[in-house]
Amino acid sequence: MSVKKREKDLSILGKLYIPEIAKGMALTLKNMFRPNVTLQYPEVKFEPPASYRGRPVLVQEKNGVERCVACGLCSRVCPALAIEVQAGETSAEKERYPEKFEINMLRCIFCGFCEEVCPEEAIVMSKDYELVFQKRSDAIYGKDKLLVPVDNLRDRLEFLRRFK
Amino acid sequence: MPTLTVDGKQIEFKQGQTVIEAARNAGIDIPHFCWHPSLSISGNCRVCLVEIEKMPKLAIACSTYASDGMVVQTHSQKADEARNAVMEFILINHPLDCPICDEAGECKLQEYAYANGKGESRFEEIKNRKDKRVQLGPYIKFDGERCISCSRCIRFSDEIAKQNQLTFVQRGDHVTITTFPGESFDNPYTLNTTDICPVGALTNQDFRFKSRVWEMSKTDSVCIGCARGCNTEIWVRNNQILRLTPRHNEEVNNYWMCDKGRLDTFKNVNADDRVDGAYIRKEGQLQKTEWDDAIKIAAKKIKEFKNGEIAFLGSAYGTCEDNYAMVKFAKTLGVTSIDFSKHVVEGDQDDILIREDKTPNSLGAELVGVKPSSGGMRLEGILRAIKDGKIKALYVMEDDPASFSEEFEQAISKLDLLIVHAANQNKTTALAEVVFGASAYAEKNGTFVNFQGRVQRIRPAVSTSEMDRAVDGMNMSRWDKFGTKFDRWMQGHKYDAKPSWKIFTSLSAQLGHKLKYEMAENVFAEISNSVDAFKGLDYDDVGEHGAQLEIKQTATV
Repeated sequence: MSVKKREKDLSILGKLYIPEIAKGMALTLKNMFRPNVTLQYPEVKFEPPASYRGRPVLVQEKNGVERCVACGLCSRVCPALAIEVQAGETSAEKERYPEKFEINMLRCIFCGFCEEVCPEEAIVMSKDYELVFQKRSDAIYGKDKLLVPVDNLRDRLEFLRRFK
Repeated sequence: MPTLTVDGKQIEFKQGQTVIEAARNAGIDIPHFCWHPSLSISGNCRVCLVEIEKMPKLAIACSTYASDGMVVQTHSQKADEARNAVMEFILINHPLDCPICDEAGECKLQEYAYANGKGESRFEEIKNRKDKRVQLGPYIKFDGERCISCSRCIRFSDEIAKQNQLTFVQRGDHVTITTFPGESFDNPYTLNTTDICPVGALTNQDFRFKSRVWEMSKTDSVCIGCARGCNTEIWVRNNQILRLTPRHNEEVNNYWMCDKGRLDTFKNVNADDRVDGAYIRKEGQLQKTEWDDAIKIAAKKIKEFKNGEIAFLGSAYGTCEDNYAMVKFAKTLGVTSIDFSKHVVEGDQDDILIREDKTPNSLGAELVGVKPSSGGMRLEGILRAIKDGKIKALYVMEDDPASFSEEFEQAISKLDLLIVHAANQNKTTALAEVVFGASAYAEKNGTFVNFQGRVQRIRPAVSTSEMDRAVDGMNMSRWDKFGTKFDRWMQGHKYDAKPSWKIFTSLSAQLGHKLKYEMAENVFAEISNSVDAFKGLDYDDVGEHGAQLEIKQTATV
């Protein structure tokens, strides 16, 4: 049986390892002076970019009324069947509003289809990623939790206008 | 038979048929808005343009008569371009408010725009503004902007409802629909216009914004408003009936149904006054009891009376199966006084659909034998015998004799035993000793016989607590299919009710065990074996559109 020859034998310097160790130490030293990326969560919170898909929310206009007209397309497109909408009639010009709008956050998979299908830009993905519940029933978000003033959603709406 | 060629397919037609009719009979659907198979031809929407060989220009298929050897192209380049152009014209002033519009999902304009439209509008100017949310009649809201002026509703009220109530006013793009001054669109058939409206211009006030059409399941059924038995579809979401629509049946109701039938016959199914379970009177109060216990107690109480002291009342609201099971049960007890009450409102009848007899199955009840056997008494006799104290026990199935008359109510309160099957609480259940919750017509299988002697099927659309949509083969919406018991939308209330034939079967198991039915179909099989008029029929023969019974002597209904 013949002895297998290594493709490339190490040179003397290589056999000494010292230059390689020095290279490694240099990299370590470089990283020590780089800015820190680890956040001390929850003391420090992560501020996601506009493209981030956090929990879906309903846009609330400045007059306090939701943009939603309860067309039910989000509910239809939702692959996880997380959304339930019940429409009602309003005397406002939009005629129709959601009497009930519920998202089951245990079902939601944050795919953003609801936002994509919405004809009114009324449901958008927010930056909110902190979702904690202690009961199943707590996970069902009604209009009280879903409505967010339009000013808090400027980032996302701007992002949608540019890239959707 | 003469033939014409449509899209390369040879089809036969009858002389006098138009191209659109001939193509439709052969299963080729030519797009159309204003044409309707039971209305006169108007030819104003122009969307049915087709190319016909040897004709210099495109022709509208709805008013071009088919002739032998004609060659029609519905999807040639020329026809498609013309149709797209027509769609573009119609869409110029049509608002883009599908998200708000109730018609979305069953809208012809939406469908054809999807199939034939360009998807983009070249119209940059401001769309016409017209009146929105106009209350045309008691049940109808009209949206002028959505209207595409096809005139179907005008022709309907002229030709079918026979009341000239609607008209076009103004011209060109200002044209709109209104009633004549001072008049309301209030004939008994107005809501059919919401079905035939190809867009969402006319909407049903009662159903407005209740649900999107794709969220509901629909089940074939029959209207219980009168002896006509219009074929209907029951639309259900979250185990609640939201609307009824007519279903086409040439022999019975064509494409139509009356407003009363559409609005008033389903609300009791989801009403708060449903009898939810079985009740026994204890210490003067009706108390909810387990079904098994209630059946045992009822059987024990029935046994305390001699057969001459008992009378049975069937019901023209009940199915043939329920009435048959009741008659058989009564006869196994040796009871001879069996009858039912007709609910006739004299004069409330027209030549279109509405019948005087306000029950769906009085002919069926008669045919399956809800009548006194030898020595038994009819309804008036039963009333007299109760007053005289000869009849001490009354068994009432799905009717409300206490509201027939004050005399009846007083007589009933004197009874020693009153057992009632009822879907909703009423004056009779308030007096009863035992009340069994009966399934409403939308919760069970069964058959009705209409005034023409046509037997028609009803099917369960709403589930009771003993049923399961998937297991019992009921129609399901997407939510029904994928929901779990933890989803709120699945928590629509299920009432604890049973079909009457099933209650009689359980009672019979306690008293002699003569009735052995597993499902409504078993009862019907027995009816077809023992009642001449139903000979040889089964549920498959009855099918979607019913079967005509051969009745030797038609009862006076």
